[in-house]
Amino acid sequence: MSLRNALCATTALLTLAGAATAENLVIATVNNGDMIRMQGLTDDFTKQTGHKVEWVTLEENVLRQRVTTDITTKGGAFDIMTIGMYETPIWGANGWLVPLDDLSEDYKVDDILPAMRAGLSHEGTLYAAPFYGESSMVMYRTDLMEKAGMEMPAAPTWQFIRQAAAAMTDRDNDINGICLRGKAGWGEGGAFITVTANSFGARWFDEDWNAQFDQPQWKEALEFYTGMMAESGPPGYATNGFNENLSLFQQGKCGMWIDATVAASFVTNPNDSTVADSVGFALAPNSEGIEKKSNWLWAWALAIPAGTQKADAAKEFIEWATSQGYIELVAANEGWANVPPGARVSLYENPNYKDIPFAQKTLDSILAADPTDPTVDPVPYVGIQFVAIPEFAGIATEVSQEFSAAYAGQQSVDEALAKAQALTNDAMEAAGYR
Amino acid sequence: MATRHSRSAARLMMAPAVVLLLGWMLVPLTMTLWFSFRKYLPLRGGDLGFVGFENYGRFLSSSSFWPAVQTTLVIVGGVLIVSVVLGILLALLLDQPIWGQGVVRILVIAPFFVMPTVSALVWKNMFMDPVNGILAHLWRFFGAEPVQWLSQASIPSIIMIVSWQWLPFATLILLTAIQSLDSEQLEAAEMDGAPPLKRFAYIILPHLARAITIVILIQTIFLLSIFAEIFVTTGGAFGTRTLTYLIFQRVLENQNVGLGSAGGVYAIILANIVALFLMRIVGRNLDA
Amino acid sequence: MARAVTPRRKAVNTALAWAVGLILFFPILWTILTSFKTEAQAIADPPIFLFFDWTLENYAIVQERSDYMRFLWNSIIIAGCSTLLGVAIGVPAAWSMAFVPSKRTKDILLWMLSTKMLPAVGVLYPIYILFIQLGLLDSRVGLTVVIMLINLPIIIWMLYTYFKEIPGEILEAARMDGAGLREELIHVLTPMAIPGIASTVLLNVILAWNEAFWTLNLTAVDAAPLTAFIASYSSPEGLFFAKLSAASTMAIAPILILGWFSQKQLVRGLTFGAVK
Repeated sequence: MSLRNALCATTALLTLAGAATAENLVIATVNNGDMIRMQGLTDDFTKQTGHKVEWVTLEENVLRQRVTTDITTKGGAFDIMTIGMYETPIWGANGWLVPLDDLSEDYKVDDILPAMRAGLSHEGTLYAAPFYGESSMVMYRTDLMEKAGMEMPAAPTWQFIRQAAAAMTDRDNDINGICLRGKAGWGEGGAFITVTANSFGARWFDEDWNAQFDQPQWKEALEFYTGMMAESGPPGYATNGFNENLSLFQQGKCGMWIDATVAASFVTNPNDSTVADSVGFALAPNSEGIEKKSNWLWAWALAIPAGTQKADAAKEFIEWATSQGYIELVAANEGWANVPPGARVSLYENPNYKDIPFAQKTLDSILAADPTDPTVDPVPYVGIQFVAIPEFAGIATEVSQEFSAAYAGQQSVDEALAKAQALTNDAMEAAGYR
Repeated sequence: MATRHSRSAARLMMAPAVVLLLGWMLVPLTMTLWFSFRKYLPLRGGDLGFVGFENYGRFLSSSSFWPAVQTTLVIVGGVLIVSVVLGILLALLLDQPIWGQGVVRILVIAPFFVMPTVSALVWKNMFMDPVNGILAHLWRFFGAEPVQWLSQASIPSIIMIVSWQWLPFATLILLTAIQSLDSEQLEAAEMDGAPPLKRFAYIILPHLARAITIVILIQTIFLLSIFAEIFVTTGGAFGTRTLTYLIFQRVLENQNVGLGSAGGVYAIILANIVALFLMRIVGRNLDA
Repeated sequence: MARAVTPRRKAVNTALAWAVGLILFFPILWTILTSFKTEAQAIADPPIFLFFDWTLENYAIVQERSDYMRFLWNSIIIAGCSTLLGVAIGVPAAWSMAFVPSKRTKDILLWMLSTKMLPAVGVLYPIYILFIQLGLLDSRVGLTVVIMLINLPIIIWMLYTYFKEIPGEILEAARMDGAGLREELIHVLTPMAIPGIASTVLLNVILAWNEAFWTLNLTAVDAAPLTAFIASYSSPEGLFFAKLSAASTMAIAPILILGWFSQKQLVRGLTFGAVK
């Protein structure tokens, strides 16, 4: 027994001694292109600091469920977690994340885009550093637009988009005027229909947390969306999410696609996209007479779970991965078009980046989004395509399932809205809001 | 034949299995029961105290509950019917003398080896995708409008995917059962001029009863808890939310462990009703 | 009940059986073929069946992204160890149920099967917390035990049905010759039970290999098996059929090969003893 204790002590000592020099960091991340690229570049980090990195790469939904289980139970399976703008303030408020308030001078925390920084903070303290940030915008085929005899304004309205979509649609040649997300899930079709509804003057809750799906704006938004998709959308759009639409657009099967600004670098990359040369960009649309545009704000960010033994090494990694230096590293290896966008002001001041066709539109879209004032009517919540309360993910997933069923023609828009209204109020009551 | 000596030895030999399984059953069951009476919201600070039967009431009265039970039964029943019926036909076919029997058999069992996640991914993306899927190409080739499988025929699609995975299992068991059939009896019936359908109904089918029961029992146990096939393909949309999936949503998406636990208790009850029903039949057949 | 049939009948049956076999196998075949295509060819319209430029680049990309061997090794260890452990516990239990049956044997058997009916996701939090406290999170040991427990009822049940097939007279005869319990087990029973045990092992390796809930939720790096490997390919960026196919092929290939080699054994073994 004493021998074992001695052994344990020695091991512990060795581990401690090792801590000062080299750690083994376990990082949970999402399988997006930018993160995959980061995995390929981690040797640079190991060379600089001596710390090794182990990746747990998961699909978005699996990642969410995995890291949420771990953080709420204080499991400690990960040293760094990739989380979004939705989770960060909630987790930060619960004290589950290590505050990132002592980052080094070189890191230039003030260089982070103010909108991103605000979205990843709770009461002014930064809890996660943005790896990349995004808004949403219109991506369209310039050649098809020309063929249709129309011209895309810099800031189109939904009514124009619908008209253009109908004009571009060519079913015989497998071209759909517009591809949009319809897939169930709060971060998929749920996010899209929420911003669309915002631009029609709708909101999730009134100031007393009553669900607002019984209001005419929601109905108008949903009917507009389903009507437009029936005219000009691809078949089976009710199961299409970001990736399905990206794939369709890259194959040249969409005239327009309104989605995350980060997609711009994928659709203009000639290695993957058959239409790379003919993509134009515009701001996300609003409905005529309504000021709010349908663009969201999101960031994938790196955070450190409280209680990890390796907080210092983890911070070093975060500083490396979200720094200007990392952006330059990617630019040197893969070109400026492929650097992680939307996180730093300096990137958009960089002359090398200004030449990238989607750079300015991305920045404009991000600047046009304000999570603290997302809707026409006042709301008690923060967040544009989400409501920053813990219950939202579950509720919005169920609501978006009802909507998807309506997109697929399994129920009417009115039925879907009535069900959404009932289940949202139920859940809010259960959570004690009402 | 059992002496007292061997009886106590037998108890001793059973003990590890029984104790382990008892633990594996009791620990989670107790915890589920415990949590089901508590307001346990991991994102709101964890365990917020005793709430009596509130979770049970809420889970039962939620508009998703009965549809979920129904979906569960439809999917389980659908897969059972498809795999047993096709399994019998396939077993009868494979029992005939054919060239290359070994290879055909390999082809038929292969789907059983495929991970549910992989099979769901492959079916969803490469077969059922309404634009790029093989089935869409096939439909278009014959001049038909491609079916939007996962949105407009969601439950049949899921039954199809799951049946594809379980058909080999059913076929194999039924095949071995057919092979053990006394061929003289069948030949005698053939001589007597009994038509094939009659021979099947009066000789083969009764002989298969036991094998069918076993297929149903084993498959039901696995089918009640299918998850990956739904998670990957529809995410519970389009009326494909089973009870297991609903519990998943409550626990992980809504982050309401208490409510999910109450759902877990209902799922156990449902499983036991199904099991009781099954065991009535199986129990009788197992003695044979 | 194989009987002599006319060559014509045999030809028809052969054609039919092959057609059905190929249809059932087609999704796997298509996945394997697609894994050797480029992304553009993978979605070509009309689909290209065989005449494409065969390439290994998808495998290279997948391997570069995630270290396949590490996941494979974990899968082998977890599936293998959990099955062996399960058989080691299951054989004595099944033996005693088969040869020293009591009134409650059948009840115990059915109860064991019923433990499989608790929905796993409902107990994710309790088990996760338990694992943290026992320090078993992301450990092969913990996962092996859980997978073993999940499959133990099936193992016992299968073994039980095989053992029941072994005629009691043989045991009695051995006992008459003065064989003790040990000799009886080792020299008489084991040789007769080997085929049954072998197919139990096979079936359970397959089940353990394909288990995707606990293997995903209780692991991170050290113990993550192929189910976690495939979870990072569920919806990658853009055109991905070929890469998805390559990853899928890598995930199922080992078990497919094992299954093919042991096909005869599995067919023979899946009789569940007494389906006659």
